[in-house]
Amino acid sequence: MIQVVLPKNLQILAGVGRVVEVEVAGHATQRSVLDALEARHPALLGTMRDPVTKKRRPMIRFFACEEDLSDAPLDSPLPEKVNSGTEPLLIIGAIAGG
Amino acid sequence: MSSVRVLVGTRKGAFILSSDASRKSWKVDGPHFAGWEIYHLKASPVNPDRIYASQSSGWFGQVLQRSEDGGKTWEAAGNQFLYDGATGTHKWYDGSPHPWEFKRVWHLEPSLSDAEKVYAGVEDAALFESPDSGQTWTELSGLRTHKTAAEWAPGAGGMCLHTLVIDPSNHDRIFAAISSAGTFRSDDRGASWRPINNGLKSNYIPDPDAYVGHCVHRIAMHPSRPNTLFMQKHWDVMRTDDGGENWREISGNLPTDFGFVIDVNANEPDTVYVVPITSDSHHFVPDGKLRVYRSRSGGDEWEALTKGLPQENCYVNVLRDAMTVDTLDPSGIYFGTSGGQVYASPDGGDTWSAIVRDLPPVCSVEVQTLT
Repeated sequence: MIQVVLPKNLQILAGVGRVVEVEVAGHATQRSVLDALEARHPALLGTMRDPVTKKRRPMIRFFACEEDLSDAPLDSPLPEKVNSGTEPLLIIGAIAGG
Repeated sequence: MSSVRVLVGTRKGAFILSSDASRKSWKVDGPHFAGWEIYHLKASPVNPDRIYASQSSGWFGQVLQRSEDGGKTWEAAGNQFLYDGATGTHKWYDGSPHPWEFKRVWHLEPSLSDAEKVYAGVEDAALFESPDSGQTWTELSGLRTHKTAAEWAPGAGGMCLHTLVIDPSNHDRIFAAISSAGTFRSDDRGASWRPINNGLKSNYIPDPDAYVGHCVHRIAMHPSRPNTLFMQKHWDVMRTDDGGENWREISGNLPTDFGFVIDVNANEPDTVYVVPITSDSHHFVPDGKLRVYRSRSGGDEWEALTKGLPQENCYVNVLRDAMTVDTLDPSGIYFGTSGGQVYASPDGGDTWSAIVRDLPPVCSVEVQTLT
């Protein structure tokens, strides 16, 4: 199972805790994990990426294994440790403001 | 026994304030959706326990919430607001063409007769309709594709469709106001639209009496007189008595005719309320005094209402959707400020008191009169 860590506002919106588990077919990618996450928690639709173009919202970031994967291609394989469930995919609301 | 429920949208969540008909003792519930901007909440007049909330955030975008139990519990409804067909362009701040981009829902207007139907006015300016209580949304694109739309340009707050008024005697007729395009009317349930800005004069645009381009802040109607509309424009308070075909200025003796809100007493169709704001560069009340102005003659002659409102060192603003009236007798008047106060008058404006004083900045205030 893939572990996904959500920011607080999205935890409340989806009615879930900090960590959500999703299952995907094949090696996990950013697209397959977000597809699975939105399918399981429809309240999250549109809050992380555009529902049509799938483009990441400007102030959302995706981190894993101490790497910034925000601008990685949607269909690139996520790190093996994310794929194996050892490390989570972190969904972050970017720091903004003073 | 009647009661009232006041729905307050703020920069950091929603609050529900409730009282019996005396409107003296209040229960404050919230924040709902803490940390999110709540531009507007509004209940269905057909099913008063069904309340919609526009929830948005710079990080997470637009969410649409719906309650079926008067605001006790909420569930996310549909948030896909997709423009119909080619989006085209409007003017950007520098005059260049800019593609239409959805940003947020400014205003929700439930149908007066169909409990499932609700309209949404959005930024960039467009009108959406949901037939299933907010689960799915379809654009009524006749407004956004009006032949003048390529010339519309945003004001400082964005190019938003912020006001929707449905004629209670003829549900085919809908009025819409857009910053800063002007006022529009549909006579076919939103399918087609035409500008109704004759009589508006705006010195901040190249042609002061242009067909479109006026920064209308708010329009209001008394349900018994659907051809009479009152308008707070960027500058000027206006009135029409022919469904928007012609407007005339009714600013009269107001200390300034800049402002955002305007509303009409529920029992007296010629009693109108505004909150004058110093100017477009000073978005706070004049002279440090928070004063609601009331006209009992449908405009031109205004009196300051001050009893219970701060009359020194007050520098708040009152945004366009942040005033409302209940339908009790006497009619209650409510408004919320950028300082987080929500004021109520149970006697048509004669006396005021704060229901709450320290909320986040208030975006919108609506009231339900429950029986």
